Amino acid sequence: MTISIPPSSSDQSKKLQPEGWLRYFSFSLDHKVIGIQYLVCGFIFYLIGGALASAIRIELVSPISDFMPRDVYNQVLTLHGTIMIFLWIVPVVNGAFGNYLIPFYVGARDMAFPRLNAVAFWMIPPAGLLLISSYFINGAAQSGWTAYPPLSITTPAAGQLIWILSVLLLGGSSIFGGINFIATILKLRRPGLRLMQLPMYCWAILGTSILVVLSTPVLAGTLVLLSFDIVAHTGFFNPTLGGNVVVYQHLFWFYSHPAVYIMVLPAFGLVSEILPVHSRKPLFGYTTMVYSIMAIVVLGFLVWAHHMFTSGTPPWMRLFFTIATSFIAVPTGIKFFNWVATLWGGKISINSAVLFSCGFIVNFVLGGITGVALAQVPFDVHAHDTYFVVAHFHYIVYGGSVFVIFSSIYHWYPKFTGRMLNDSIGKLHFALTFIGFNLCFAPQHWLGLNGMPRRVAEYDPQFIFFNQISSVGALIMAISTLPFLWNVINSAFTGPLAGDNPWSALTPEWLTSSPPPIENWEGEAPLVSKPYGYGENPEKPNLTSNILSDQSNSDSEEDEVKK
Amino acid sequence: MSKSTAALAIGSIITLCLLGIWIGQNVNFLPVDASTNATVYDELFKALFSIGSILFFGMVGLVVYSLVRFRRKPGEKGDGLAIEDNLPLEILWTAIPTIVILFVGLYSYDIYDRMGGMQSLQTSAHHDHQEMESIQKIWGGIGSGSIDSTNKNLKDSIPIEVTAMQFAFLFHYPEGDILSGELHVPVDKPISMRMESKDVIHAFWVPEFRIKQDVIPGQPTILNFTPTKTGKYPIICAELCGPYHGGMRSTVVVENENDYQAWHEKNSKVSVTSS
Ligand code: HEM
Ligand SMILES: [Cu+2]
Ligand SMILES: [Cu+2]
Repeated sequence: MTISIPPSSSDQSKKLQPEGWLRYFSFSLDHKVIGIQYLVCGFIFYLIGGALASAIRIELVSPISDFMPRDVYNQVLTLHGTIMIFLWIVPVVNGAFGNYLIPFYVGARDMAFPRLNAVAFWMIPPAGLLLISSYFINGAAQSGWTAYPPLSITTPAAGQLIWILSVLLLGGSSIFGGINFIATILKLRRPGLRLMQLPMYCWAILGTSILVVLSTPVLAGTLVLLSFDIVAHTGFFNPTLGGNVVVYQHLFWFYSHPAVYIMVLPAFGLVSEILPVHSRKPLFGYTTMVYSIMAIVVLGFLVWAHHMFTSGTPPWMRLFFTIATSFIAVPTGIKFFNWVATLWGGKISINSAVLFSCGFIVNFVLGGITGVALAQVPFDVHAHDTYFVVAHFHYIVYGGSVFVIFSSIYHWYPKFTGRMLNDSIGKLHFALTFIGFNLCFAPQHWLGLNGMPRRVAEYDPQFIFFNQISSVGALIMAISTLPFLWNVINSAFTGPLAGDNPWSALTPEWLTSSPPPIENWEGEAPLVSKPYGYGENPEKPNLTSNILSDQSNSDSEEDEVKK
Repeated sequence: MSKSTAALAIGSIITLCLLGIWIGQNVNFLPVDASTNATVYDELFKALFSIGSILFFGMVGLVVYSLVRFRRKPGEKGDGLAIEDNLPLEILWTAIPTIVILFVGLYSYDIYDRMGGMQSLQTSAHHDHQEMESIQKIWGGIGSGSIDSTNKNLKDSIPIEVTAMQFAFLFHYPEGDILSGELHVPVDKPISMRMESKDVIHAFWVPEFRIKQDVIPGQPTILNFTPTKTGKYPIICAELCGPYHGGMRSTVVVENENDYQAWHEKNSKVSVTSS
């Protein structure tokens, strides 16, 4: 394998690619095109998943099951969960931003395996369409995104099998992506660039890819066995044939707990890129950040049974998983303190990217606190499988990962398109999202603790009030996507030109034109040894005062960018 | 740091802690506590709620303060301070979560133990009637051993067999051979339930008792509890089990000894004659 790809080596493949907007619909090998494909495709699935969520919240406005048939309700909640996890958050925080940014960050002209990369992306749209089409064939799967047997064996087979096939495809795509990221980060680094000089997002993606590559095959194997139970009437998980339903849960969560970190570690990485730029300060505690990512990766493999405290597990096992789970809060806590320390003493531009990142910190802290509470067995036996858990993980995956995705779009849109987004509309989007989100999910803590189980279409009338508040919140969240959509579409044509580096950032993706050329740099890739070297020279004229194009390097930039 | 900022910082930390403790002690997020388990649970909940409030409001305070205090004022130029790390500080905030976690862990272990979670299942009432091999196969829910810790006399506990199916719970009382769709139990008496499902996984949950245990096909589970307040409480299925999952509910009636005996006598006669 070559260490770095010389600019001329792939001239041929360059000519084979279509140009203009058409390339976004092609089997393009350009990592930037693939990144945008992931992002837009993911966002379309997000809109579909969001429509399903609205259907759920409409059903729950009244305590009786009146909006849709009960089995359709279960299909809707299964599709909602599966789409949001496998077609929106995982592909976007990893595939979209990973593909776009990682080659820049390691100083490469593309990913290690461009063809594999394109294959990985092009597995997603068919898998998603397959999943959604199952609804129109014979009803989609209706056993939740967890697909616990025996329910998944006894509900209509067609929908469940299509669900399995689709998740297998998406898992395969995610494994391909993971292998590609590991190879790119470890092997395609520009000569002279050391691991401990990489931007934090690289470490997050490296850690995440290790989780993906080691745990996703377990899910695949498990789902294959489940499909045998459905079609061939084998008895792996079927108790009437001597199978064991709890074994499925162990195998499923051995993947799916790491999966929650697959959704959130890359988000941690993105926030670590965004905050230093806009607060004009170095990322605080780089080394501890790296070690805490790796600690989360290791611990993430040792906590899966905290989803099974009421499944009937031996006392020692509950105790072990309580302790292991609680300790994940330590490396996680370190990261949060480090981000606050990054803000502290900075000169923070209060823009949409910063607001969404800070919204993420606030929301995730609450989700982390409820997570630690849920990790305590005695606490969990009451709260498990209630709306309290629904609140917990939405604070993590929506309040955390989705907020970061929005923050990242505000931050990198100028790089993607060469134009600026309207920041006032961005702030409106933030306000609506933050208020809607908290109205929707905060009351669910109370609902769960007071007796509302999750995944129900009907509930005790005493819960009407908080459910309606929650539905109002969901409505505001739905509305909040409108200004966002208008902003990204309109700005693509009429937004003010951004220039190469509108934020005066130091990470390598900003040291080239916006949007960047094919193969990323006209000349050789710059060696960025200090991606967070802000504020080094407070006396000198600073970066912000003279917005640079990449030719006119200011003094302080020349310090950072050594050839 | 000047003296006045130090005083201000310490003052706000103390206020924060007091606020957190007050919230944990006074904001009630839970339904009535109607079992021995529930009182212990609420103790843990209050502690976690206090700690959680302190951490949450502390973090929110720090973020909001930073955004306001360190925001870029109009026309302001320049970068922030070039601080890359600070070892003592980083050690401090490795220590904060570690200490909190250790405290929470030890405390919840103690609570878990008091709920009887650490006891082996051999202490459960059903095992008197069961052979050793089946003992190993039965899995206990939390509180499986609580009878032993609160009441030395195992024979005191009332055995009930629970069958779950789509979409109902059935309660069978071996004494008197009663079959009922509603759970009747006397107050302050330990109950020992052996649960099994006929079809898919269900879960037995009584929010007022703060206990939940999955009811699994092919894998009996045990759940013990002692109700402490008379009244009617909902039994809720907490594991997705099919289209009517949301409607899979029943009631537990906790009554005083006399009412319970009356109910038991009335029904046992009926079922004895009918079977
Ligand atoms: C501070 C770290 C965290 C801790 C201690 C924690 C703990 C827990 C526990 C104990 C549960 C099981 C609750 C139950 O079902 O009774 C749970 C559920 C869940 N957590 Fe977390 N969590 C943490 C962070 C996260 C993160 C980072 C994510 C995702 C990005 C996440 C996503 C989820 C999801 C999706 C579920 C529900 C799964 C389901 O049953 O459908 N959590 N968490
Ligand atoms: Cu987990
Ligand atoms: Cu059920």
